[in-house]
Amino acid sequence: MMAEKIRVLLAKPGLDGHDRGIKVVARALRDSGMEVIYLGIRNTPEQIVETAIQEDVDVIGLSILSGSHMYHFPRILQLLKERKAEDIVVIGGGIIPQEDKEKLEKMGVKAIFGPGTSTQEIIKKIKELIGNKKN
Amino acid sequence: MGLVEDMLKGDKRALSRVITLVENNSQNCEEILSKLYPHTGNSQIIGVTGPPGSGKSTLINHLVREFVRKGYKVGVLAIDPSSEFTGGALLGDRIRMLEVSLDSNVFIRSMGTRGTLGGISRKTKEVVRVLEAFGKDKIIIETIGAGQSDIEITRTAHTVIVVLTPETGDDVQVLKAGIMEIGDIYVVNKADIGNAEFMVEEIKALIASKSSNVSKEWTAPVIKASAKKKEGIRELVEQVEKHWNYLKVSGEINKLEERRVKNEVVDTLNRKISNYLLSKLESEFGKEIFDEILKRKESPYSVVNRLIKKFLC
Ligand SMILES: Nc1nc2c(ncn2[C@@H]2O[C@H](COP(=O)(O)OP(=O)(O)OP(=O)(O)O)[C@@H](O)[C@H]2O)c(=O)[nH]1
Ligand SMILES: [Mg+2]
Repeated sequence: MMAEKIRVLLAKPGLDGHDRGIKVVARALRDSGMEVIYLGIRNTPEQIVETAIQEDVDVIGLSILSGSHMYHFPRILQLLKERKAEDIVVIGGGIIPQEDKEKLEKMGVKAIFGPGTSTQEIIKKIKELIGNKKN
Repeated sequence: MGLVEDMLKGDKRALSRVITLVENNSQNCEEILSKLYPHTGNSQIIGVTGPPGSGKSTLINHLVREFVRKGYKVGVLAIDPSSEFTGGALLGDRIRMLEVSLDSNVFIRSMGTRGTLGGISRKTKEVVRVLEAFGKDKIIIETIGAGQSDIEITRTAHTVIVVLTPETGDDVQVLKAGIMEIGDIYVVNKADIGNAEFMVEEIKALIASKSSNVSKEWTAPVIKASAKKKEGIRELVEQVEKHWNYLKVSGEINKLEERRVKNEVVDTLNRKISNYLLSKLESEFGKEIFDEILKRKESPYSVVNRLIKKFLC
């Protein structure tokens, strides 16, 4: 009997320390049946990628409010590639201008949620991205 | 399937994948575990348990750092409860271990209990075996413990560390529960914010009053610590090493390992035989068999005995 679960790493790279939003998302994902590895705030890209690999997550969800998204997203994508782990889906949320959003999506970020996105929307998108084979 | 081979060569991603396959009970799970089994049996398994928020993860972070400093390879399994209703879980122990998480000799994995009661499930035990095969010298299992289910940890761990705090003293239930019988080492953490001395004396008295400990050559030490201020860590590491040494010198380790292996056989047997017979139950007797029992024409015992006679004898 198989018992797969969608596993999601939630982290917050960069210096800003607001964790209320990401905690709400963490609880919502848990309540939808996912296993959420919560890494707190001020994580380095190296910490995030190493954790993603050790936890064998399907998705990395990043919250970036500090304006550092054009550094952190590409850096994490690059590290994943170096570790041959580019199959791990990267998504994110935060205040990200449309222009940057398009650039990041071209680089391989699979979804970017603006402020005020409902948790239901995020859950739906993750399930869509990972496929319905799980849960 | 090169995953097992890659893992045995030290590939972390392969290790991580193998753990997922085992945890998900994938089709080749048994084949994987069988291949790994010859490589197991050389690690010290350390259980860390105690009430929620007592500082287990923070202490483990320090423990891992000291072990790595001594040249050990360390694995950590951090277990948190899965929601009974949704099956989801919020796994947050790693936050406290960020300091050591990038060390190449450290591997940390978070697990939800996924519907099993108690801190330690079959899957936990199997993942411990995987980490053993990977060559970890020390494997630390973190489980929340404050009740009856804690006994399970003693079936897997060689050394059980119970982490309490000065406030635990107010919670008579915790002290009454099984947790005071399973520790090889007790830690009174958060000594920086409470009357730890009092708690240490309380625990020592409790240990002394337990007759089951009299025959053993090991008396559980009680350590005053503050994970926050990094106090008591060195003593804790010393005692963990001392206990491991005691187990080996006294030959106690052989008994523990024998019991562990026996448990694995019995658990596997129970599960597989019962699954096998259950699968035969309906195909053989049809769903009506339960009606027969309801009407008292059969009893649960006669049905099972008929099954055994037909399929196992
Ligand atoms: N004052 C003080 N706080 C501590 C100490 N050790 C841990 N804490 C704090 O206690 C809280 C819980 O610590 P954890 O290490 O997460 O405790 P835990 O037992 O792993 O918690 P769960 O896994 O949720 O059961 C955190 O806020 C820690 O910073 C200590 O020695 N003194
Ligand atoms: Mg913890």
